[in-house]
Amino acid sequence: MKGLLQGLRITARNLVGSFRDPERLTTVAYPEQKLALPPQFRSFPFLVAGSAEDPIGSLRCVACLICQKECPPACIHIERSTDKKPDAAGKPQFYPAQFDIDFSVCMNCGICAEVCPFDAIRMGQDYEIATEERALALTWNRAQLTRAVP
Amino acid sequence: MSFGDLLEVSVGPHHPSTHGVFRMRVTLDGETVVRLKPVFGYLHRNHEKIAESISYLGSMPFTDRLDYMNAMSNNWAYALAVEKLTGQSVPERAEYVRIILAELTRLLNHVCLAGFLLQDMGASGTPLMYAFREREKILDLFESLSGSRMMCNFQRFGGCRQDLSADWLREAGRLIDRFGPFLDEFELLLAGNEIVLARTQGVGVLPRALAISAGATGPVLRASGVAYDLRQADGYGLYPRFPFRVPYGTHGDTYDRYRVRVLEMRESLGILRQALATLPEGPVLDPKARLRGLRPKAGEAYGRIEGPKGEIGFYLVSDGGPNPYRYRVRPPSLINLTALEDMCLGHTLADAVVILGSIDIVLGEVDR
Amino acid sequence: MEPLERIRDRIDARFGSGAATLVPNPSPSAQHSLLLRSDQAAAIAAFLRDDAELCLDYCSNVSGLDWPAAGHLEVVYHLYSMTCRHGPVIIRVRTADRGPGAAAPSLALVWRSAELQEREVFDLFGITFWGHPDLRRLLMWDDYAEYPLRKDFGKGAA
Repeated sequence: MKGLLQGLRITARNLVGSFRDPERLTTVAYPEQKLALPPQFRSFPFLVAGSAEDPIGSLRCVACLICQKECPPACIHIERSTDKKPDAAGKPQFYPAQFDIDFSVCMNCGICAEVCPFDAIRMGQDYEIATEERALALTWNRAQLTRAVP
Repeated sequence: MSFGDLLEVSVGPHHPSTHGVFRMRVTLDGETVVRLKPVFGYLHRNHEKIAESISYLGSMPFTDRLDYMNAMSNNWAYALAVEKLTGQSVPERAEYVRIILAELTRLLNHVCLAGFLLQDMGASGTPLMYAFREREKILDLFESLSGSRMMCNFQRFGGCRQDLSADWLREAGRLIDRFGPFLDEFELLLAGNEIVLARTQGVGVLPRALAISAGATGPVLRASGVAYDLRQADGYGLYPRFPFRVPYGTHGDTYDRYRVRVLEMRESLGILRQALATLPEGPVLDPKARLRGLRPKAGEAYGRIEGPKGEIGFYLVSDGGPNPYRYRVRPPSLINLTALEDMCLGHTLADAVVILGSIDIVLGEVDR
Repeated sequence: MEPLERIRDRIDARFGSGAATLVPNPSPSAQHSLLLRSDQAAAIAAFLRDDAELCLDYCSNVSGLDWPAAGHLEVVYHLYSMTCRHGPVIIRVRTADRGPGAAAPSLALVWRSAELQEREVFDLFGITFWGHPDLRRLLMWDDYAEYPLRKDFGKGAA
């Protein structure tokens, strides 16, 4: 009986404490309230573009296919261009004619961003991409994936 | 189905006791278990076959998903096996970082297990939520370091992906200082509880000889009186630099398995304090380490570490190619279940659930 | 722990010449192993477990291996000693071929920990273990006909 009552005392202390001690109340009322994300947080990859005016034309990606090869669940599909376009330094480079990532398969591991030699793919922080459709709505194409980075 | 006076019950494969899609075919005489056959495979995805078709690096994020409570330890075990296979060395600071993260993982695993175990005994919610509150603080540390709470994908062959910042170390120090008082409170909550004692003491005894023969490892083995801890027996990483005690039980019952874990958490806190105090400067990734295009020489290696659930090991065979020729996980959760039937015979069905909880399994690892 | 060559010589002295063969491992891990003759493997395993100097009381890991080019399957056991705190001693047993009758002796009666792991090898590689107390599929369902971890899985020929 003594042990039981002792446990109940702890429960009572936690219950009362949760009204005034932030150490004991750690939940927030999502989605009205959201926790701040740490800078390291990663969700889904995006393609880095140099300019906001012409994001597709200023993609850093040169379609080397390394991320497609290294992606553990194989959710990246790239088609390399047949022609070359000048990159930011003016050097002619291939570019991705098509670049799709299936976010229903992507497991947010970040290996694509890690192996990219051109820093052309990075991990974003947007975690609210849910849709009502199952597959196609979560397969993002080149335009959807591109984000201008100043 | 009933055979005379016996009744066969299928428990699961829904969460029978919040441990995952595990199924037991139990034969009961009245309320007493007379036969118990575990059924596996509901979460099977042939992890080992997938690994044969991707590069060595590609399997690292999949190891997070084996025992999804303890991604950091799994990462380390896999990195250790690959480092043995390639002869890769690891910088001193990275070894410290690995120890810090592995001990934090042990804390979060054991504190959750204590919560789950009490939940299995009918203490619905309360202790589990207190445990989860503390676990969340450790996961916040992991998130701010690796970018993900549970799927850390953090260790690399030859070191770690990120260095620990001064801020991070300060937060970790604060967490460790507060964890001791939390444990004191958590133990007061239920350690003296008469119901808990009645439900755990003398229940699910695993005798010492059977524990060794059945390959039980981790707290399950040590509760049966074998002070065998790979951190001391193998001395991998830089563990020999950190003095700590290996707690072990004498009865091998559910209560001892619970106590051993609580005592282990206290030892982990000691290791963490030492590691944070003596953390050396330097790189966390060997400059010669290769991320991509790893082609180990033909041969094989078995690397193992003391995970929170027991010995987690990786057996790798290379044929000189970019992908492993064979990739085998030694899953502590599965092998600790070998003696489940022996532990449950003669107890009631309700006790079988508690015994299963005290073994501490994660189905992501059992079924792979 | 005594060197592997000496363990081999002691096995040979007791079970006849050629009972154990040293399999070198050229990788930096230098984890060499002993290939046991399969008809004597269970007796040799019991010897390894009970020998006072070796006391390999703990079988940590059992894994299957498929070698289509050499035409056989292999089972690898990683043994350690909890009492004497040494290891690993790695032993291997080979099947005669890769056909439907591929078989190896079960060591589950020597080390209980091999019980579930040998079931898994049976399940995923199709090696029948003689003398296993409860040889059923572990992860796949009972009427599943294939062996997923074989190298030719999914490539037509079963």
